[in-house]
Amino acid sequence: MSNNVETFYQVMRRQGITRRSFMKYCSLTAAALGLGPSFAPQIAHAMETKQRTPVIWLHGLECTCCSESFIRSAHPLVKDVVLSMISMDYNDLLMASAGHQAEAALETSMENHKGNYILAVEGNPPLNEDGMFCISGGKPFIEKLKKAAEGAKAIIAWGSCASWGCVQAARPNPTQAVPIHKVITDKPIIKVPGCPPIAEVMTGVITYMLTFDRLPELDRQGRPKMFYSQRIHDKCYRRPHFDAGQFVESWDDENARKGYCLYKVGCKGPTTYNACSTVRWNEGISFPIQAGHGCIGCSEDGFWDQGSFYDRLTSINQFGIEENADTVGMTAAGVVGAGIAAHAAVSAIKQTTQRKKTEEEQNS
Amino acid sequence: MSSILNASQLDASGRRVVVDPVTRIEGHMRCEVNVDDQNIIRNAVSTGTMWRGLEVILKGRDPRDAWAFVERICGVCTGTHALTSVRAVEDALDIDIPYNAHLIRHLMDKTLQVHDHIVHFYHLHALDWVNPVNALRADPRKTSELQKMVSPSNPKSSPGYFSDLQNRLKKFVSGGQLGIFANGYWDNPAYKLSPEADLMAVAHYLEALDMQKDIVKIHTIFGGKNPHPNYLVGGVACAINLNDTGSAGAPVNMNSLNFVLQRIKEAQAFVEQVYLPDVLAIASSYKDWLYGGGLASENLLSFGTYTQTPGDKSTDLLPAGAIVNGNWDEVLPVDVRDPEQIQEFVSHSWYSYADETQGLHPWDGVTEPNFELGANTRGTRTNIEQIDESHKYSWIKAPRWRGHAMEVGPLARYIIAYASGREYVQEQVNRSLSAFNQNTGLNVGLKPFLASTLGRTLARALECQYCADTMEDDWHALVNNIKNGDTATANTEKWEPSTWPKEAKGVGINEAPRGALGHWIKIKDGKIDSYQAVVPTTWNASPRDNEGNIGAYEAALLNTPMERPDEPVEILRTLHSFDPCLACSTHVMSPEGQEITQVKIR
Repeated sequence: MSNNVETFYQVMRRQGITRRSFMKYCSLTAAALGLGPSFAPQIAHAMETKQRTPVIWLHGLECTCCSESFIRSAHPLVKDVVLSMISMDYNDLLMASAGHQAEAALETSMENHKGNYILAVEGNPPLNEDGMFCISGGKPFIEKLKKAAEGAKAIIAWGSCASWGCVQAARPNPTQAVPIHKVITDKPIIKVPGCPPIAEVMTGVITYMLTFDRLPELDRQGRPKMFYSQRIHDKCYRRPHFDAGQFVESWDDENARKGYCLYKVGCKGPTTYNACSTVRWNEGISFPIQAGHGCIGCSEDGFWDQGSFYDRLTSINQFGIEENADTVGMTAAGVVGAGIAAHAAVSAIKQTTQRKKTEEEQNS
Repeated sequence: MSSILNASQLDASGRRVVVDPVTRIEGHMRCEVNVDDQNIIRNAVSTGTMWRGLEVILKGRDPRDAWAFVERICGVCTGTHALTSVRAVEDALDIDIPYNAHLIRHLMDKTLQVHDHIVHFYHLHALDWVNPVNALRADPRKTSELQKMVSPSNPKSSPGYFSDLQNRLKKFVSGGQLGIFANGYWDNPAYKLSPEADLMAVAHYLEALDMQKDIVKIHTIFGGKNPHPNYLVGGVACAINLNDTGSAGAPVNMNSLNFVLQRIKEAQAFVEQVYLPDVLAIASSYKDWLYGGGLASENLLSFGTYTQTPGDKSTDLLPAGAIVNGNWDEVLPVDVRDPEQIQEFVSHSWYSYADETQGLHPWDGVTEPNFELGANTRGTRTNIEQIDESHKYSWIKAPRWRGHAMEVGPLARYIIAYASGREYVQEQVNRSLSAFNQNTGLNVGLKPFLASTLGRTLARALECQYCADTMEDDWHALVNNIKNGDTATANTEKWEPSTWPKEAKGVGINEAPRGALGHWIKIKDGKIDSYQAVVPTTWNASPRDNEGNIGAYEAALLNTPMERPDEPVEILRTLHSFDPCLACSTHVMSPEGQEITQVKIR
């Protein structure tokens, strides 16, 4: 991407600013920052050469769990991301300025980096009440979102709100909150779902883009394949217990203490595409299943409206259990349960058959 | 400084200043003030600018699932709504949880408190006091001396440490891309720290960023992830297995308990060596800035938290109570079930009641959104330039306790605990006050010291210390209980809805990082019939009520002089001292028969 990125200097020249004025700007910047005139050439050099990729990070209707997750990143450390890898030009959670100065920072970045910034969106826009269920700067958030999307080179939909709609879009969706691809239709959107996404998945997506100068490969639903192409079930450390037909039957029973499979108490790991069982959470310390609670499927579209989190996945159209997200495609999470129930049964039967065989072999 | 608590006493004739968006908060908020010809704030208007309708969404769902929905009210105070929700359901269904679950929930709740307070101070609040650009002028050797003076036990204090950091900072700004520091108010005289103190604080901003990701790992052990760890009605899902088959793969084992203890000790060290000394150093540098008290000197509310003996609220480490009319000598009892005590009003909120002169208790709450601007609004319906606060002006309702607007939060908890004679708290507060007076040569009394923006920020730090310290007690209690043979973590007697009464109602309460939190639930035929949350920021960011009583944000901003009204440093400073959480405050329920207003879809 950097090949296409104009430096700050090039942008200024394009806007008709002379070299002389540019150098003056650098001196003024140096002075404003308290650096003294000797820093002016350094500033000029930086502006003429490589830039940190500008990121504009907007918040719509959301709970800020995505930002909170992002700052948990351990590799890379988020301070290194923000200080050395990107330029977080607008992020109303972290930025120093407020009100019109904040809005001016947004305008400046959109103007100076038109076509070159990454737009990261956390949350989503509500359509009801003329968009005024989410107001920013006195105006509907959706206006800000659309405007920022116009000049973006790439758009990241952080979390399940921006990707799918998430909790405020759960039935009956009183504000008519919609995922951002419903209102931005002319740009590629990288969906990084989860409530929230794993920190290292978030920084992993960004650093991949910066390091390899390209967008990550996406599945048909727009999710990076590197993190969302396998189910939690596929790599779950409790999977052998599933295959052996060993299940937690109720909370805190003997099997819960032994770390058996949580499928019967509602685990949605078998239908959830995410990296929780591989990357794990918070520097790889654990993940929901390891902590004894089933997966609630928070990275899947419409996971709030698929029945209770404690209902066992059951009975719908089957698909081959080894299919991947691409072939399952747009099928909602709720319609993929049956294979699992069958799979669980088959696994248990297989296990029994296997055991019998072994016993027979031993006896013979 | 006497407090003005009623809108009728406010003077809106001066210049109007609008701040929208208010940044470094959770969610979306707008603030407008009027300043007089001396640039002193004489009128303040707090507007919540988002609404999500979560409780509407909860209706008809499985009460055992509610925690996950309401947890998504807020990802900053993550877990506190989930905990309050499972408590509400357990209260409604009369479920007692095992003692281990009680302790593990405390550990998780205090983890949140410690984390949230640290992130708030360094990443949301510090830039109101600290000027990172000024840090470029610092002498790293003098910074090192300063660090050793304010916190002798802090090992990260060498001149090299600070000069490396300063070089990195120089490199960052000399690139011309200021990122999150762009358009800050760096030449505003409201910033008072020396370059050396600024550099020290910037170092700690970055250290806190590293530290915060580690303390939350306690949630990861017990709840599987952070943000948004998992909770369970009836106890906790993390089964205990110390010494039996499968222990290594069990949620709570020797390994994970050791891990948790290690994180607790790190948190204690950070609070002792970095956070508390920083807050005291900043307070001393801003000794003349004892503004921002507002309701803190008058009306305070806490639901109490950290019950030592399950079921006995009198054993709360931070007790429940209410203080009204500035009488800090009397703490009144609070009953969250009493329909006369907590009521919400909507005369200045974007909702409709049949009779807006009346307030409604959360169990009987009504919410119909009604986005309607007053006649004196400047701009248009979708481009508001100036709010008309004489009419409806916020997505936040106005909760009142016996008719009083109340301040909630760490400062309210601390003043109520102090007034209730809690020795640990009294000792912490007295020590801080005498350090402040000693450092500054002043002789400030307890009330003006605590009832201020600085007092609010200090109370949060002291509470962080209290939580980090007592987490270790909880850890030992947990280990002792296991040692005594109790490994139970969940009570599943009433897990199945078939065991529930046809109708039930309950309330769950907690003290969230930002203050008193209550969830009121009604269950009917195994499903949620109504659900209402009254959250800390609803109290603090409250708009006016029909009597003209102003909320805590509005009251706190009054009488504060601004250096430059165009640059809202002082407004941000005081608002941030409450740690606003707007996604929390602006969501409501619609009980049976009350349809949400249908509005057009574009």
